[in-house]
Amino acid sequence: MTILAFILAGTLAAATPLLLAALGELIVERAGVLNLGLEGMMALGAAVGFVVTYNTHSPVLGFAGAALAGIALSMVFATLALGFMANQVAAGLAIGVLGLGLSSLIGKPLESQTLDAPGKLAIPVLADLPVIGPLFEQDVVVYLTFGLAVVIWAVLNHSKLGLIIRAVGENPHAARAIGFRVLRIRLAAVAFGGAMAGMAGAYASTIYTPLWADGMIAGRGWIAVALVVFGTWAAGRIVFGAVLFGALSLGGLIAQAAGVALPSQLLASLPYAVTIVMLAVISSNRRRMRLNTVASLGQPFAG
Amino acid sequence: MAPLLQLSGVSKRYGGVQANAGIDLSVDAGSIHAILGENGAGKSTLMKLIYGVERPDEGQVLWQGQAVTLSSPSDARRLGIGMVFQHFSLFETLSVVQNMALIVPGSKGELAARIRDLGAAFGLSVDPQAMVHALSVGERQRVEIIRCLLLNPALLILDEPTSVLPPQSVALLFDTLRALRAKGMAILFISHKLEEIRELCDTATILRQGRVTARLDPRQGTAHDLATLMIGRPMPPPVHPTPHGLGEERLALSNLTFANDDPFGVSLTDVSLSVRGGEILGIAGISGNGQQELAALISGEIALKSGGKAVMLMGQPVGDLGAAARRQRGLAFVPEDRLGRGAVPDMSLADNALLTAHSRGLVKNGFINRKLERAFTADCIARFDVRTSGPQAEAGSLSGGNLQKFIMGREMMLEPSVLLVAQPTWGVDIGAAADIRQRLVAMRNAGAAIVVISEEIDELFEICDRLQVLHKGRLSPSVEVAATSVAKIGTYMIGAVA
Ligand SMILES: Nc1ncnc2c1ncn2[C@@H]1O[C@H](COP(=O)(O)OP(=O)(O)O)[C@@H](O)[C@H]1O
Ligand SMILES: [Mg+2]
Repeated sequence: MTILAFILAGTLAAATPLLLAALGELIVERAGVLNLGLEGMMALGAAVGFVVTYNTHSPVLGFAGAALAGIALSMVFATLALGFMANQVAAGLAIGVLGLGLSSLIGKPLESQTLDAPGKLAIPVLADLPVIGPLFEQDVVVYLTFGLAVVIWAVLNHSKLGLIIRAVGENPHAARAIGFRVLRIRLAAVAFGGAMAGMAGAYASTIYTPLWADGMIAGRGWIAVALVVFGTWAAGRIVFGAVLFGALSLGGLIAQAAGVALPSQLLASLPYAVTIVMLAVISSNRRRMRLNTVASLGQPFAG
Repeated sequence: MAPLLQLSGVSKRYGGVQANAGIDLSVDAGSIHAILGENGAGKSTLMKLIYGVERPDEGQVLWQGQAVTLSSPSDARRLGIGMVFQHFSLFETLSVVQNMALIVPGSKGELAARIRDLGAAFGLSVDPQAMVHALSVGERQRVEIIRCLLLNPALLILDEPTSVLPPQSVALLFDTLRALRAKGMAILFISHKLEEIRELCDTATILRQGRVTARLDPRQGTAHDLATLMIGRPMPPPVHPTPHGLGEERLALSNLTFANDDPFGVSLTDVSLSVRGGEILGIAGISGNGQQELAALISGEIALKSGGKAVMLMGQPVGDLGAAARRQRGLAFVPEDRLGRGAVPDMSLADNALLTAHSRGLVKNGFINRKLERAFTADCIARFDVRTSGPQAEAGSLSGGNLQKFIMGREMMLEPSVLLVAQPTWGVDIGAAADIRQRLVAMRNAGAAIVVISEEIDELFEICDRLQVLHKGRLSPSVEVAATSVAKIGTYMIGAVA
C-alpha cells in the first residue's frame, strides 16, 4: 500500500468521530445553546458503546447504548442550563468532567480488551478507480456519517424545521412571540447533540480503534467544538475541517513510522494545531462570521 | 350581534408589577380601535394576552361571543388574530419569504407570489427574496404586516406601528389600514401619539398604570384632553429655546467617509457637520440609516485608522483617538441603548457612575474612593429626580425612564463642552421626556454644544436650533429649525431630496 493510499483509506474514518460529534453540536449551537461537554459525552459514549458491544457482540446495540448514554448526560446539562438557566459554559464544563469520570469507571473492568473490527464495504466501480479508489472502501458508519452531513445541511438550509432551529437561535424572544416553544426546541436539539456525541465516542472505541484504553477520546471532543465555531456554523466547512484533521493525524502516524526526526509528541499535536489554524483563517473573514454567528448563542432564555 | 373580541376583567402581573388590572375591552369588526397610554401603561402586555403570547392571571376572553383560551400565538392565529409587534419578530439572517414560511403554510414560490400580490393591493411592496437584515425599518414593518395579512386575519393588532416611520410612510400606512377596515377587518391600533389617533381611529380606550381610565370617540375631544386622560395631569408645556449668542466651534466632522465592514451595518458617505457652543444640532432620520455609526464615530467607539482631522473636537483633530481620549478632551456621550452600553445592568448605580465620572477625583492611585463615589451618585439621583432606592440599586432594576435620567445626569454632571445624546427619550414616558428636554435646553443656554440624534421629529423641532437629516449614510445640509417644516424634513428622511 502506498502512503497516499494509506492516507486516502484512513482519512474519512479518522474524520468520522469528529464529524459525528460536530454535526450534533452544530444543531445544538444553531438553536442557540452552547454545550461544551462534548469531550465528556464522547468519552461516556465510548465506554458504554465498548462495554455493550463487548458483552452483546452487537455493534448496533453498542451504538444505541452509547447514544442513550450521550442523551442522558446531555439531559443533565439541559436541566442545569435550560431548566435552571445556569451559565452554559460552566454547565457544559461540569458535565464534561462528569462524563470523563463515568467513562473511566465504566470502562475500567475492560481495560486493554479488544473487539473485532467490523468489515469494510467497497462501493462497486468507485472502489476500483485508480488513486482515489481507497476512499470508497470504508465501514458503513463512515458512509452514514457523511450522508448525514448532507442531510443536516439540507435540513438547516432548505426545510421548515431548519428555519425554526435557526430562528430560535437567532432571536428566542421573537420566536416565542410568534408561537414557537423555544425551550422544547432547544431541549430536543441538546438531546440530538448528546446522541451524536455518544455515537461519536462509540465509533472511536468500537470501530476506529476497537480497544479500550482510558482517556482514548484524547481531546477530540474539543476539536469538534472548535470545528463548529471555526467552521462558522456551516455544515460544509465543518466537513472540511474534520477531513483535514483526519488526514493530518494519519500523516503524523506515517511520519512517525518513517522515523522523521521530530519528537512524537510534536507530531501527535500537529493535526490539532494545524486544523485550528486553518479554521481560524477561514473564520477570520469578518463578514462571513457576522452573517453566520448564532446571535443568542450561550445566553440563558426564560420561558 | 356579539362583538368580534371581548375581554372582561383581564389582569396580568409580572412579579411586582401589575401590568394589566381588570381590563374590559370590546372590539367590533370593520373598525379601528385605539389603545392609548404612556410607556409602561400596559398596552403591549394587553396585546400579548390577546395574541396568546402571555396568559392572563384572571379574566375572560370571548371571540365572536364564545369563551376561548389562548394558550399560544398559533391558537390566536387559528381564530383569525394577527399581530405586528412593537419590537419586530423578524429574523435578520433569514430572507423575507423564509420569515413568512415560519408561520404561513405554502411553498416558497407560492408565498413569494402572494407577497407580491398583497404588496400591489395594499401599497406594501417588498422584495420576497431580500434578506431581512438588509431592509430598512419601514420595509421590515411592511414584511410584518404582510406576514399577518397572508393569514387573512379578522383582527389585526399593530403595536406602536408609527414610532419607527417617517411622516410620509405614516400616511401610507394609514391608507392601507383604512382599506383593510373597509374590507371589514377589525384593527387594534396602539400608540401614544394623540394626533394620529384622532386622525385614524373610530374609538379609543385609554390605559393608565394597567387600568382603563376612559373609553371615548377620539374625534370628539382635543389632543389636550386625551393627553390629560393619558398621563393623569395636564401635559407639560414645550420648552422652545430662545435664540442667543453662539460660542466657538466645538465639534466638526468634515467630509467623513466610513466604509463599514459589518454586513448588518451602514456605511457613511461624505458626512459634514459643525456645532458651536450654545446650540443644539439635531440629527433627524429613521434609525438604521447610520445613526449608530455616526454616534460611534463621534464618540470614539470607532476610531479612524488615519485622517484624524476628519473629526475636530475643541479645535483639535481627534478622529484617530479612542473614546477615553475624546472624553478627556471634553466630550460626553449618552448612547441609545441604556442597558449594555449606557450602563452595566447588574452593577450598582454608584459603580455605573464611576465608569465615566472616574476623572472627577473618584479614583486615587488606582483605588476607588467609595465615599466620593456614593456622594457623586447620590447628588446625581437627587438633582435629576431619579426614582430609585439609592446609589446601591442595580442599574437594571430601574425603569427605562429613570435609568435614562440617571445616565443623562451622570454625563451632564461632568460639565462637558460637547454632549452627544442618541435617542434621549426612547421608551421614556411623557413626563420624564419633557424633563430631559428641559435639561438639554438648560445646558445649551449654559453654553454647551449639543448634538441630539433622534427619531422623534416633534422632539427635534422642540429643542433644536438646527437640523440635519441622516438618510442611507448621507447627511443633509443643515437647516434652521425656524425656517423649515416637519413636511420638509420628512422628505429628507425618505430621501426624496438629494
Ligand atoms: N416580561 C416582562 N417581565 C416583567 N415586567 C414586564 C414584562 N413586560 C412588561 N413588563 C412591565 O409591565 C408594565 C407594562 O409594560 P408594557 O405592557 O410593555 O407597557 P406599554 O406597552 O404600554 O409601554 C411595565 O411596567 C413593564 O416594565
Ligand atoms: Mg409597548
